[in-house]
Amino acid sequence: MIYFILFLEFFKVGLFALGGGLAALPFLQNLIIKYGWLTTDQLLNMIAISESTPGAIGINTATFIGFNTAGIAGGIIATLGLTAPSIIIITIIAHYFQKFNQHPLVKSAFTGIRPAVAGLIASAAFSLAAGNIFYFENLSNDFSHFFNYKALLLLIIIFIAIRKLKKHPIFYIVFAALIGIIFKF
Amino acid sequence: MKNLSKIFITFFKIGSFTFGGGYAMLPIIKKELVDNLNWITEEDILNYYAIGQSTPGIIAVNTATMTGYSLKGIKGALAATLGFISPSLIIITFIAAFFKKFQQLAVLQNAFAAIQIAVVALIIDIVIKMWQKSDKSHLSMLIFLAAFFSLSFLNISPVFVILSSAFLGIIIQYWSGNLKSEFKTYQKGDKDK
Repeated sequence: MIYFILFLEFFKVGLFALGGGLAALPFLQNLIIKYGWLTTDQLLNMIAISESTPGAIGINTATFIGFNTAGIAGGIIATLGLTAPSIIIITIIAHYFQKFNQHPLVKSAFTGIRPAVAGLIASAAFSLAAGNIFYFENLSNDFSHFFNYKALLLLIIIFIAIRKLKKHPIFYIVFAALIGIIFKF
Repeated sequence: MKNLSKIFITFFKIGSFTFGGGYAMLPIIKKELVDNLNWITEEDILNYYAIGQSTPGIIAVNTATMTGYSLKGIKGALAATLGFISPSLIIITFIAAFFKKFQQLAVLQNAFAAIQIAVVALIIDIVIKMWQKSDKSHLSMLIFLAAFFSLSFLNISPVFVILSSAFLGIIIQYWSGNLKSEFKTYQKGDKDK
């Protein structure tokens, strides 16, 4: 029963993939090899698409593989399978978090966690910038090729706009998409 | 009003405009749930994201579930999560059904490359705002920098960073005497009940 297999296999991925969409990658690779659902090339294509469309990468990839394997219902079932462990685990944690979040030990722990998570978020922005704006591999031979000037300029413009205009984040995302298409980023 | 359809619609919107990893959803969560609806605080976002990051599963889904639960229990968690994954289901099914050679659509790749830059700008902005709303202590700054460097340059696992910063938080509060006084008021509150 393909739906059952899809649900169960993606449930396992959701249960063991710690650290988001890209951490799920090796699990997905094993999966498609085990069942022969796709070639590795097809999987890499799907991941590339999943990265550049809205939504979490892992969810997009699950929908993709599910759809390719068993149509619309397959896509939905694979995605629900991937999501189910999160819902179960987080609901349990959330229940206890609400009960104990005023406990001194929990409160103190989170005074340390919050700045660390801010650092983690900043680091995500940094690695995104490193991939799109700075070319570290060019640093040693030619400094003029270190920056992607077009991208750097866009970053500065959008950042100033965010600070001055205070519009909804969606506004800047749509604006950037249009700029990207017009100026061929 | 925190009704379920409002939670679903809000997270549908968040799912529709999250490009990239779980962090990309944070600026929109902040705008919608903190600024517009006043349902949660900036501190809450960091707490939920920390939990989402250090538990199994897709970080964005974990964060959505956690936020939904805090709004309206299990039903809220389900509404938020289903709202968040629905755009993916619709968009990817559509693409898988109609575009066999999607990767050759250069237009979308151009759009995405620029969107990533917008996400960088939005994240820098949100980190600055979070700093302005924090206690601004030297120790917090130190933890922030240590986390940033160990993740960006040393390839240390985020879960390890979160766990050790939790431990550090407890030690710092113990050292400064805050933990003791917190315990006193906490136990007093228990007796008052």
